Amino acid sequence: MNTLQQTILNNKNNNLSVFFTAGFPTMESTKEILGILNTTNVDFIEIGIPFSDPLADGPVIQHSSTIALNNGMTLELLFAQLKEVKDKITKPYLLMGYLNSLLACGIETFYRKCYEGGVHHIIIPDLPVNEYLEEHKFIADKFEVSPVFLITPSTSEARIKEIDKISKAFIYVVSGNTTTGNDSSIQTEAIKKIQDMKLRNPLIIGFGIKNKADYSEACKLGNGAIIGSAFINMISGSSDLQKDIPEFIGQIKS
Amino acid sequence: MKNTTQRSNGYYGKFGGAYIPELLFNNVNKLQKNYERIIRTKEFQTQFKTLLKDYVGRPTPLYFSEALSSKYKAKIFLKREDLNHTGAHKINNALGQALLAKMMGKQKIVAETGAGQHGVAVATACTLLGLSCVVFMGETDIARQAPNVARMKMLGTTVIPSLSGTKTLKDATNDAIRYWINHADDTHYIIGSVVGPHPYPDIVAKFQSVISKEIKIQLKKQTGDAEPDYVIACVGGGSNAAGAFYHFLGSKKTKLIGAEAAGMGIHSHETAATLMVGSVGIIHGSKTYLMQNKDGQITEPYSISAGLDYPGIGPLHAYLHETKQATYYAVTDREALDAAKELIHLDGIIPALESAHAFALLPKMKFKPTDVVVINLSGRGDKDMETYLKFIL
Ligand SMILES: Cc1ncc(COP(=O)(O)O)c(C=O)c1O
Repeated sequence: MNTLQQTILNNKNNNLSVFFTAGFPTMESTKEILGILNTTNVDFIEIGIPFSDPLADGPVIQHSSTIALNNGMTLELLFAQLKEVKDKITKPYLLMGYLNSLLACGIETFYRKCYEGGVHHIIIPDLPVNEYLEEHKFIADKFEVSPVFLITPSTSEARIKEIDKISKAFIYVVSGNTTTGNDSSIQTEAIKKIQDMKLRNPLIIGFGIKNKADYSEACKLGNGAIIGSAFINMISGSSDLQKDIPEFIGQIKS
Repeated sequence: MKNTTQRSNGYYGKFGGAYIPELLFNNVNKLQKNYERIIRTKEFQTQFKTLLKDYVGRPTPLYFSEALSSKYKAKIFLKREDLNHTGAHKINNALGQALLAKMMGKQKIVAETGAGQHGVAVATACTLLGLSCVVFMGETDIARQAPNVARMKMLGTTVIPSLSGTKTLKDATNDAIRYWINHADDTHYIIGSVVGPHPYPDIVAKFQSVISKEIKIQLKKQTGDAEPDYVIACVGGGSNAAGAFYHFLGSKKTKLIGAEAAGMGIHSHETAATLMVGSVGIIHGSKTYLMQNKDGQITEPYSISAGLDYPGIGPLHAYLHETKQATYYAVTDREALDAAKELIHLDGIIPALESAHAFALLPKMKFKPTDVVVINLSGRGDKDMETYLKFIL
């Protein structure tokens, strides 16, 4: 069992994760933010690979991607940054990004660099399950990397079961039919049904989670939550990350 | 399309597929499972055919141009898609998809547009069929295509400026897809070209295939042979070309020729010639050629023509290119302007800037005097008057 899997199991139903975009607001922010998060009550961390055309993302994450790319951030630089800090960061982290970034890097190189950068799980929303099984799994397995798949309140039961079978860390449950950072509320009834399926994998809820109330609700419906846009908004407005990041996390999970 | 190009799972060779986030899975899956059945129903076929005939004005003429024929020493015919209602081939797809959406129980439509031709066609189809309509358009394009914005608004469509990325067609497409994610239950997305996740490239190609179907019948009548030696069309995403090629795919006789927009030239970095400068990756849910940097970031295309200003190309064309079933050339802004000028003066036809790219290939080809050449005149140039006045007067 790797540290992410262990962490999520240990935390039972109060996992807290945050998402931020690599290279935002400055090129050096990736390492700084990771370092600060490492001292907080966050359980695991998602790092976004900035992409020019992030289809599943709302305006906040889009904007952070644009700034990161303008800063000159690339996947290659991100892997280099991760290699530098991986021994200092004790909390597990995973990468989230789009398939084109992975393909441009090259499938084999991508998974090898994940391994070298201490990344054991990836979230690629536009990687179809079949394509992963046919063209990625063999290589990803070799480098001990496995994907986390998204499901939504309208994903069919059969498909959820199929995804449960091949997932190894958790299933990412999207709070509703929305892009990231939307104000719509969690679709409680539909997610309860998923909870009742008693899957092998823990359920972590994300998209639109912004405060303690959302987080508490997600902890009742599953095993915790991921905060993305709200965390990035806080970073955007902060002039003192050393103070503001722990404060933000503290307000949600003390 | 014969089975030589279309695999049942939505691939053309290795190109195509549906690289979409789970959020779109249900909608795309429903479309994949139902579109062929619905399109084949008698109800759909009757309504679609009637509308194409009485509302759009089909069949569009196949016009023999004596002037171009004598200048380029071949028998040159123009397929007059410019004479369609709303002024381009785009209406064939917009009406087909709006009907399809209605039969799937959707009341709302979202679409993207670049030049505004597809946007106007969708706005028109929605007005006709009683559907509500939202169109995303890059802020940059809104500024340079004002008359089409006004037309959409007059037709009751909500035009939303895309402020993301480079604020042009690719970004409008991203925003239309995001809107669809957020309104998945009641909304159908009408994509404007043979791009996007499966089944869109096939749906759009099928609705545009009426172009080559008519060419065959008309050519047979006018020359005695249904198959020309050449079909030439401009390629942005590739829908008018797909429609003009469709019934000639697999023909031993007909050579299929596409004209991409080279902008300032394919080595200038100011270009939209995807097959010439692009590489294989994922754009808008489809595996195909696209313009990207080595980090996989999609780069900004450039062409004088807003309708060809797209950094990708439909997976069908990627496949035809790779298997050499069609040949693609790049045409610069200047060459397109010169070709437009020539057509205006020789035949009295003001073409869309997009279509002018196809005509610009005439001087580059080596025809035999007996060759029968069909050029798809995809649209008329009303929307481009400002550019023409500036550059060719
Ligand atoms: C007249 C005309 N021709 C061609 C195009 C390019 O699209 P496609 O390559 O899908 O035919 C456009 C797009 O706006 C157009 O308006």
